[in-house]
Amino acid sequence: MKELTCDVLVIGAGPAGLGAAYEARRAGAGSVLIVERNDEPGGILPQCIHNGFGVRVFGTDLTGPEYAFRWIDRARQEGVAILDHTMVLELGRGGAVVANPYEGLIAIEPRAIVLCMGCREGPRRGMAIRGARPAGIYTAGTAQRLVNMEGYMPGNRFVILGSGDIGMIMARRLTLEGAEVIEMAEILPYISGLRRNLVQCIRDYDIPLNLCTTVTNVFGHERVEAVELSVVDERWQPVPGSQRRVPCDTLLLSVGLIPENELSRAAGVAIDLVTGGPFVDERYATSVPGIFAAGNVVHVNDLVDDVTESALTAGRSAALHALGQDGALGEQVPVAAGENVRHVVPQRLHTAALAQSDVPLHLRVRKPIEAATRIELWADDHRVLTRRVRYVRPAEMVTVTLQPEHRAALEGAHRLVIHALEA
Amino acid sequence: MTENREFICVTCPVGCTIEAIIEGGELIAVKGNACRRGQAFVQEEITNPRRMLTTTVQVIGGSLPLVPVHSSEPLPKSLLREAAAALRHVRIPAPVSSGQVVVPNVLGTGVDMIASRPVPSLSPASL
Repeated sequence: MKELTCDVLVIGAGPAGLGAAYEARRAGAGSVLIVERNDEPGGILPQCIHNGFGVRVFGTDLTGPEYAFRWIDRARQEGVAILDHTMVLELGRGGAVVANPYEGLIAIEPRAIVLCMGCREGPRRGMAIRGARPAGIYTAGTAQRLVNMEGYMPGNRFVILGSGDIGMIMARRLTLEGAEVIEMAEILPYISGLRRNLVQCIRDYDIPLNLCTTVTNVFGHERVEAVELSVVDERWQPVPGSQRRVPCDTLLLSVGLIPENELSRAAGVAIDLVTGGPFVDERYATSVPGIFAAGNVVHVNDLVDDVTESALTAGRSAALHALGQDGALGEQVPVAAGENVRHVVPQRLHTAALAQSDVPLHLRVRKPIEAATRIELWADDHRVLTRRVRYVRPAEMVTVTLQPEHRAALEGAHRLVIHALEA
Repeated sequence: MTENREFICVTCPVGCTIEAIIEGGELIAVKGNACRRGQAFVQEEITNPRRMLTTTVQVIGGSLPLVPVHSSEPLPKSLLREAAAALRHVRIPAPVSSGQVVVPNVLGTGVDMIASRPVPSLSPASL
């Protein structure tokens, strides 16, 4: 087996991996290697041909491929090595064993690792949809790849279950390619993707969207012939008598994303069951010293810009660790989700970190509040900061930023809790 | 006649809900937009709604069968389907470079379709 050493090993060459590797080099890491299992870097972005990427990071509206290639170019210009066609077989604190079709097995011994494996789509099994198992059932992302990269239309008459962003974007894409999107069904009483996509993907094309509705049966032998849609009550149970049969030949599922953490678990990294990703601190350091994580492997983000920003932090932290410049971090305090907050990232932070820089806290609410809302951060029994927002929605991540001035209020606290309360 | 209409701005991912007061087809006032682009968006929605078009074009002899393309600026909303249908039949030879004009002046609008990524030729060495 070949052997290789490097300062920072990054797993995955999507936007998180590219950003982390780029920043690790800029922060002084000597050798930075990304391993990527796909045949090219970019992650999911090359199939996301729509625009809306990079508004915050680059100040301009880019398509997914443009955003990816900007970061591929940036990473290469910084001297990052990218090894594609490469699968990580084993991962631990000591390093990785990877398989490459030209080089065979390679043992890589890095000084620091950044996990950037991203996320994958929730499958049909996750929805427990009963009925037949004919051809013609795809996740929205699979259909996106077929249509946008392989030039293959997976059907003619679609029903889409779930109102996630990929589902809405595919509704528009399929319509533009001449297919008929008969209906989009969402089990929740509100859409699960961004509101701009409701306008420019669903309403612009007059696609019927039914909330509190789900697929309760699938019909067809060789191929999907119809699905049964039912209205659900507040406990997601189908309302008797509400079912209707909708003829179609393809069912797309856009039912959520799952951080991909098999390798993290194998490496002994502690996983937050709420986010599905590693517990991290403000440096994006996981529970295992020397292993960092960034992007959708930590928690599912709405925007690539947020993925990139977490990756820059993780890359910088990994470089400092590799160079033995972690410094004295001091005490850390856990950050917990309070009222109407589903999760917060990072889940713990070193208050001393605020001496050098701001610390953004990213949270997702449990339930929408379509009115003025206070985001409050409490340190034990005193309030550290309040931020007013015009509304909160589960589909839209909220970020509040701790600044150096908050440090004194956090000093010595045992627990930080963040709430989202109607004002 | 005064009319109150609600818009969701699509200019950026924030997606502001904007309340607009419209009188005789003229925009009188907006409320709820976080930035100035929101007002411009509502103004355009009332008079001439436009959207960016992103689609794909076939590539002959490339490492990929398709190249993603985007409009150089937003197209009239009413022309999106027609433009996408026309672009479905376009085939261009590899190699394609990022930023290359793939189809100039689509449907006579003055808007070009631009390649979003490079697609190199499929050389025997890469087989």
